[in-house]
Amino acid sequence: MNQCTNTHEACTISEVLEQVFQVGFFAAMIRVAAPLLFATLGEMFSERAGVLNLGIEGIMLLGAMTGFCAAYFSGSLWLGIAVAATTGIIFGVLMGFLTVTLGLSQHVSGLSVTMVCSGLAFYGYRLVFGQPSQPPNVKAFEVLSVPALADIPLLGPVLFNHLALVYVGFLLVPLAAFLLYRTPWGLSLRTVGENPYAAASAGVRVAWYRYQALMMSGALFGIGGAYFSLAQFNAFTFGVISGRGWVCIALVVLGRWDPWRCAVAALLFGAVDALQLRLQSSGIIDLPYQIFLMLPFVVTVAAMAVLARNARAPAALLIPYRREER
Amino acid sequence: MTTSPIPLLEMRGIDKQFGEVHANKSIDLQLFSGEVLGLLGENGAGKTTLMNILFGMYRADAGTITVEGRTVSNHKPADSLALGIGMVHQHFHLVPRHSVLENLMVGEPGRWGRLDESSARERLLQIGSQYGLELDPARQVAELTVGEQQRLEIIKALFRGAKILVLDEPTSVLTPQQAEGLFQAVRAMVADGVGVIFISHKLHEVLGIVQRIAVMRRGEMVATIINDNNVTHLRLAELMCGRELQPLNKPTISRGRSLLRLVNITVDDGRGHPARLHKVNLDLHAGEIVGVAGVSGNGQRELAEVVAGVLTPSSGSITVGGASVDRANRRAMQGYGVAYIPEDRMGDGLLTTLPLSDSMILPRMHQPPFSRFGWLNKQAIRQFVEQQIEKFDIRGADVSIRAGMLSGGNLQKALLARELAFNPAIVVASQPTRGLDVAAVEFVHNRFLQLRDNGCGVLLVSEDLEELFALSDRMVVMYEGRIVGHEETEKTTPAAIGLLMAGSKQAA
Repeated sequence: MNQCTNTHEACTISEVLEQVFQVGFFAAMIRVAAPLLFATLGEMFSERAGVLNLGIEGIMLLGAMTGFCAAYFSGSLWLGIAVAATTGIIFGVLMGFLTVTLGLSQHVSGLSVTMVCSGLAFYGYRLVFGQPSQPPNVKAFEVLSVPALADIPLLGPVLFNHLALVYVGFLLVPLAAFLLYRTPWGLSLRTVGENPYAAASAGVRVAWYRYQALMMSGALFGIGGAYFSLAQFNAFTFGVISGRGWVCIALVVLGRWDPWRCAVAALLFGAVDALQLRLQSSGIIDLPYQIFLMLPFVVTVAAMAVLARNARAPAALLIPYRREER
Repeated sequence: MTTSPIPLLEMRGIDKQFGEVHANKSIDLQLFSGEVLGLLGENGAGKTTLMNILFGMYRADAGTITVEGRTVSNHKPADSLALGIGMVHQHFHLVPRHSVLENLMVGEPGRWGRLDESSARERLLQIGSQYGLELDPARQVAELTVGEQQRLEIIKALFRGAKILVLDEPTSVLTPQQAEGLFQAVRAMVADGVGVIFISHKLHEVLGIVQRIAVMRRGEMVATIINDNNVTHLRLAELMCGRELQPLNKPTISRGRSLLRLVNITVDDGRGHPARLHKVNLDLHAGEIVGVAGVSGNGQRELAEVVAGVLTPSSGSITVGGASVDRANRRAMQGYGVAYIPEDRMGDGLLTTLPLSDSMILPRMHQPPFSRFGWLNKQAIRQFVEQQIEKFDIRGADVSIRAGMLSGGNLQKALLARELAFNPAIVVASQPTRGLDVAAVEFVHNRFLQLRDNGCGVLLVSEDLEELFALSDRMVVMYEGRIVGHEETEKTTPAAIGLLMAGSKQAA
């Protein structure tokens, strides 16, 4: 990173902007947004079906752990991703059992799943690796430049010079929108989340759709979590997720339960995170680094409070569906 | 009725128990192609249970269902659709945020994994022209009027190929004119060979449209009769409740002094949305019942809440017995003798998960005899509640029963008992008989007339015109937050009120 040519005090705003908003900034924005995008889309699917999945934080952490272990012992990063997704599906089913089959409070169930998963992640990691002085690591994913497209000036490095997982994450957005808005499956899922009684009277199996949505969300949480341990940090640490799951809950609200807007919300978080990293390392503003770290979270919550004030959640969100109700 | 040898639908020996409650006792029912069958019964008689079994929402404990000669067993709602059974519930099963077309396409297979919009649109248009049920496919359901939403429910059933259509209290949300439109569509469907089961509390409507009538009482089918000239209101009502009904006794009394006066009452949110109440003026005198008519959601609820002191108006003045009470809250209004029977008795009225005694003393728990120096007096509470249970004949109740365990009629009695216990001067009642059975309605109506005769002023908000005409001395009609009509009951007709309810300026 270029340092200010003058002394700190003499740095002008335009110089700061010039330094911050470079190609690297936009590439970083996309990089940071990708893992959140998986989890945000996952949460969006489960909420669209009427279930708030607060298992997100724990499932991401556990996915990061199981994915890392699988990759570490097999040497295959993609196997790690698959294992992380499977882990998520299993706990998505657990979440379904608690909230759909038993009809328990979604808040309590979700927090329980997060606690169980976090506990399992820490315990499992200790069981496998003990307490190593130097955390074991894997050889991370490598950048996959898209031939030809990566050579486009400006756009190429920003969009087409990323990890394969990043492309997958962003390709999920149109896929999710297609599934949700253009297929009978998506219409059924949305109806289940708005008015399960209407869905049932149209012959849609409400419980099965909620399970499907929870399994999808679990898989995407797992992948999002494994992104951190396999693509970003190349190792599993106990603070590998540190609240990013919770942020995705806010991103879904900010994204108004729509895949495209959710992607924009994730990119906003990515942008602020990339910005704070740059501001921190440029040393232009002299503040404790914790303030910078806080920034993306604060901006997300503030943006949600301002922009999503009139956002309406799926009408049946949080409400268990009972078939023989009397 | 056609002479088709095989009935379109035959239900035999249907039995269903929910815990202690025997909801259906060996019910037999037949429906033929091209007929409208009226299904009557009080609340809790088991009509809805029977229909839910037909539709596959519940599974019968015993009995068989035959559709066009084929026996159906263990079917789910999805199978019912394939069998041609369609149901329009009392509470619509629609998604307000989706479009008309999306609501129609739920559960449809689609084409190549995609939603098949063009063929759905085509079928919607075809149904529209065939039965006079037209709707714009692109409109959001939330924007539709209640009548249009019901039309969509019927279209939905036909869209899925219903040959058997169940209409559960279809007119309870419609103005008389909208109801006539519905009946025309029903006639067109029947002419086309559809069989319709028509569930309603409104006997005159049933008599106007059905060919045969099946009457249920306490889980049993008590009569199935042909609708000819011998069938009367009174006979049906007696079949439904199993005893003779006394006609209402409404003596003419002269109205007394003014009790309540509203001047230019306005309720709005100050953010430019349409006012929920707009410059409403109203007088209520001792010894009269003033009926408030209107289609649900036109400001009646707000009017009742303002008088009760639950909602503070944005502007305007209220006087009770000459005293200005502009910003009085509910407790202060209670002090002025205003009793309040809220529309939502489970939500706003009673505490369904707590002992009945808690609900019964709720508005007065802070004062003697129920409490002294901040301590509840259990003895006095028990005594009061037991007394009221007896006085109002609240069945199945004791002091400690959870209020939610009571039936709708008994819940309403409990609410009346609580509100009327301390000799109110003014009673504000919102939909006091909604969902109640004939016997409970009779009880409530007699209470109101008694109150009136004793010099009380009653403001009665209701969507049931029959009820308003039976009880009110005067009627006001609300439309979009305004009072658009003010009529002496004896000098007006349901048709004229219906026009006003629909927002028409020229009342007949």
